[in-house]
Amino acid sequence: MAEVTMRVWRGDANGGDFESYSVTQNEGEVVLDVIHRIQATDAPDLACRWNCKAGKCGSCAAEINGKPQLMCMTRMDTLPEGPVTVTPMKTFPIIRDLVTDVSFNFAQAEKVPALLPPPMPEDGYRMYQEDVTRGQEFRKCIECFMCQDVCHVIRDHEGNKQHYAGPRFFIRYAELEMHPLDTNDRRDLIREEMGLGYCNITKCCTEVCPEHIKITDNAIIPLKERVVDAHYDPVAWLGRKIRRRTKRSADDAAVQPAP
Amino acid sequence: MTYEHHDYDVLIIGAGGAGLRAAIEAKQRGLSVGILTKSLLGKAHTVMAEGGMAAAMGNVYPEDNWMVHFRDTMRGGKYLNNYRMAELHAKESPARVLELEQWGALFDRTKDGKILQRDFGGHRYARLAHVGDRTGLELIRTLQQKVVSMGTDVFMEVKVLRLVHDADGRVAGCVAYRRQTGEFITFGAKAVILATGGAGKSWKFTSNSWEGTGDGHAMALWAGANLIDMECIQFHPTGMVWPLSVRGLLVTEGVRGDGGVLRNSEGKRFMFDYVAPMFRAETAESEEEADKWYYDHTAGRRPPELLPRDEVARAINAEVKAGRGTPHGGVYLDIATRRPAEFIRRRLPSMYHQFMELAGVDITTEAMEIGPTCHYIMGGVQVEADTAATAARGLFAAGEVAGGMHGANRLGGNSLSDLVVFGKRAGEGAAQYIAAGDVAGPMNAHQVEAAVAEALAPFDREAGENPYDIQRDLQEMMQANVGIIRTQSELEDAAIQLDAFTERVKNIKVKGPRAYNPGWNLATDLPAMITVCKAVTIGATLRKESRGGHTREDYPGADPEFAKFNFAHSTDGGNWDSDIVTKESALLAMPEELKVLLEEAK
Ligand SMILES: Cc1cc2nc3c(=O)[nH]c(=O)nc-3n(C[C@H](O)[C@H](O)[C@H](O)COP(=O)(O)OP(=O)(O)OC[C@H]3O[C@@H](n4cnc5c(N)ncnc54)[C@H](O)[C@@H]3O)c2cc1C
Ligand code: SF4
Ligand code: SF4
Ligand code: FES
Repeated sequence: MAEVTMRVWRGDANGGDFESYSVTQNEGEVVLDVIHRIQATDAPDLACRWNCKAGKCGSCAAEINGKPQLMCMTRMDTLPEGPVTVTPMKTFPIIRDLVTDVSFNFAQAEKVPALLPPPMPEDGYRMYQEDVTRGQEFRKCIECFMCQDVCHVIRDHEGNKQHYAGPRFFIRYAELEMHPLDTNDRRDLIREEMGLGYCNITKCCTEVCPEHIKITDNAIIPLKERVVDAHYDPVAWLGRKIRRRTKRSADDAAVQPAP
Repeated sequence: MTYEHHDYDVLIIGAGGAGLRAAIEAKQRGLSVGILTKSLLGKAHTVMAEGGMAAAMGNVYPEDNWMVHFRDTMRGGKYLNNYRMAELHAKESPARVLELEQWGALFDRTKDGKILQRDFGGHRYARLAHVGDRTGLELIRTLQQKVVSMGTDVFMEVKVLRLVHDADGRVAGCVAYRRQTGEFITFGAKAVILATGGAGKSWKFTSNSWEGTGDGHAMALWAGANLIDMECIQFHPTGMVWPLSVRGLLVTEGVRGDGGVLRNSEGKRFMFDYVAPMFRAETAESEEEADKWYYDHTAGRRPPELLPRDEVARAINAEVKAGRGTPHGGVYLDIATRRPAEFIRRRLPSMYHQFMELAGVDITTEAMEIGPTCHYIMGGVQVEADTAATAARGLFAAGEVAGGMHGANRLGGNSLSDLVVFGKRAGEGAAQYIAAGDVAGPMNAHQVEAAVAEALAPFDREAGENPYDIQRDLQEMMQANVGIIRTQSELEDAAIQLDAFTERVKNIKVKGPRAYNPGWNLATDLPAMITVCKAVTIGATLRKESRGGHTREDYPGADPEFAKFNFAHSTDGGNWDSDIVTKESALLAMPEELKVLLEEAK
């Protein structure tokens, strides 16, 4: 057991300030444990989000000593000695204390044109592990929105939110574009309305991703190639493979025989 | 008072797997749908599910079919199940899993491109469709993306406080509050579907999140529906025990399905000593036999580590009690000495990650320390199997909040499939109810005002208790008195203490503003938590036998007389602390052709 000083940002849309709490910290605890202890004792109204406490739901993102992290997966004993500062994600409007308004992300999700698969054969589709592995990487995303938080295109330019989907949604588009069953074409949308061109591959998003998704290398760069190809030469993209197998036509995918 | 108000044909409370699947169904039938969730979309419990969803697709073992799945479910549930639910579930889950792929799900694959299925406790064949150990994430994201693409209204961080009736006693909507602003909001609906999940947060060591406070169970009871089997609580055998701050966090059964074994402090694989007579015929007698089974289910019988969860949890409890536990009071779960590191990292990536980051344990080289954790409530709202209708007119229930499907004990993987099978059926049931035309009129304004006044009362008190203190004491009491092993005197004591908790809740003082105030939110959870705990305790006191997730130290055996009915709780619905009345509700009689399936396999 030890005492630790937590400097937690408290306030709302009208402003706020750091408040210091001196709390006990037990062996093996994570930042969220200590925040919960503050709630249970000094400040029952301290607002924060969490659900799973196991890095699975992506609710508890905050900036710990200035760095976006999941509070439930950050062990107190990995932080440097001295007070620990906890602030809400900077890119999103504050609701209260550590809780931000992440509705921008849900609005982006509404714009994504859905998967358009061929009709399903009675006993299901056939897809091979090598066809789905890349998509599965992207589907590990727990929607913590920390990549959205660090991406300078959104972080530094509020106005960009209108026309920039952000890394979380670039992997979503990449996943759909690489989906073995998909027949939708989202290339114009991605280029013209989702602002893929603004991304200058700084890789900050990849670095912060708690699921270790290679957002830039595996999603954004291939997506850029595909979208740019489509723009300058509508047929060239067919030749480029951004996935192991080229997108098959709807009928092909449905009747793919077992090897 | 007037509040923000919305009307829908179908109102769905809960955005886990069950609520989202119900929404898709109702939408597809042309109804207007509103979904309410007290957290953000995509964060419900369902996202935490790890191991997989059970469906007899026969992709790995062609011998598998719905009849075997039905039998496994009934045996796992110790025959307390609503047989019709178990039957529908076994028959319909393959189609419900397959349709997820149309909406974008990417399950792990077999070599011939089908959905891969994994072994889990109590399932005779490898039956769980999965994605590594993050199946729940795949399920919720797929359904969420489908719901969003259909243009459904989702109200996030809106917490429902009470269901509201019309003048004739039909369920007509609900009162809720917006967490982000603290403002009240009301919803009117022709039909309401409850899909609020579980109630495990009332125990100290639990795999459940803050959401698992049993709101739906309590609201249904208050609104005139019945709760059944509330004493049947699943303590999952493998929760983390160290460090203390993560005690209770789930370790997926997939570890055992993929070859992990349980050992005591002497290094002994002790589960061989705990095979109940009912399972002897199909369980391996030696380590050698068990180890063959993983590779070929016809070469040996199944390892005892894969007995149903209630059996394994009790065995672990007994080993620890006998002094053969680990330093932190659990037993060892060892996969490190049994499978290559590469295999473990590929099959169980989030377990690897979870132990590495939170406990500093590398599960590819070291054993995990684990012990039972409160995980799932088999009990819930009594429903009609085919339509998910409850005894309260206009109210439907699906998912963990509904009771009956799993009997006295749920098999792993049977929940995720339950969500989609009965989520769909609830959507259908609500649509049929609406089509029949006898739907609710306007909401009873008195009920709305009463709920609002009750919610605000903790702000108005001069002084009073911190809700966190009450929650902590409640969790400790339930863990100690109504935990995995129960006895008459402790249950009687629990009943007395619950009355005292009721009084304490009436004296809560909340500080701070209404906007995003977790203390206030907890204050609104506590009436539901205590109501649920009361029903659990009453059921546990009356069920003088041991069955599935209900174990009595003073009545260690199962008594066939108790296999004939469920304990059903109801209340007059006046106030949240109105007395609970408990009756015996006879089990549905099973048709001969299904009985035969159970006989054959014995
Ligand atoms: C760690 C873990 C692992 C698991 N692994 C598996 C597995 O591998 N296989 C399996 O089959 N099962 C598993 N389970 C069980 C399974 O995940 C749950 O039983 C299931 O997800 C419950 O789904 P649901 O749709 O009923 O409710 P939930 O997913 O719990 O969703 C409940 C919803 O209701 C909302 N809600 C609740 N109360 C209110 C209110 N008052 N107002 C507004 N909204 C409200 C919540 O916000 C949430 O959206 C696991 C459970 C846990 C905890
Ligand atoms: S790589 Fe692109 S998307 Fe990622 S943080 Fe940098 S600019 Fe943003
Ligand atoms: S891609 Fe990674 S960082 Fe971005 S939201 Fe998903 S999990 Fe979080
Ligand atoms: S609480 Fe779920 S990721 Fe932290």
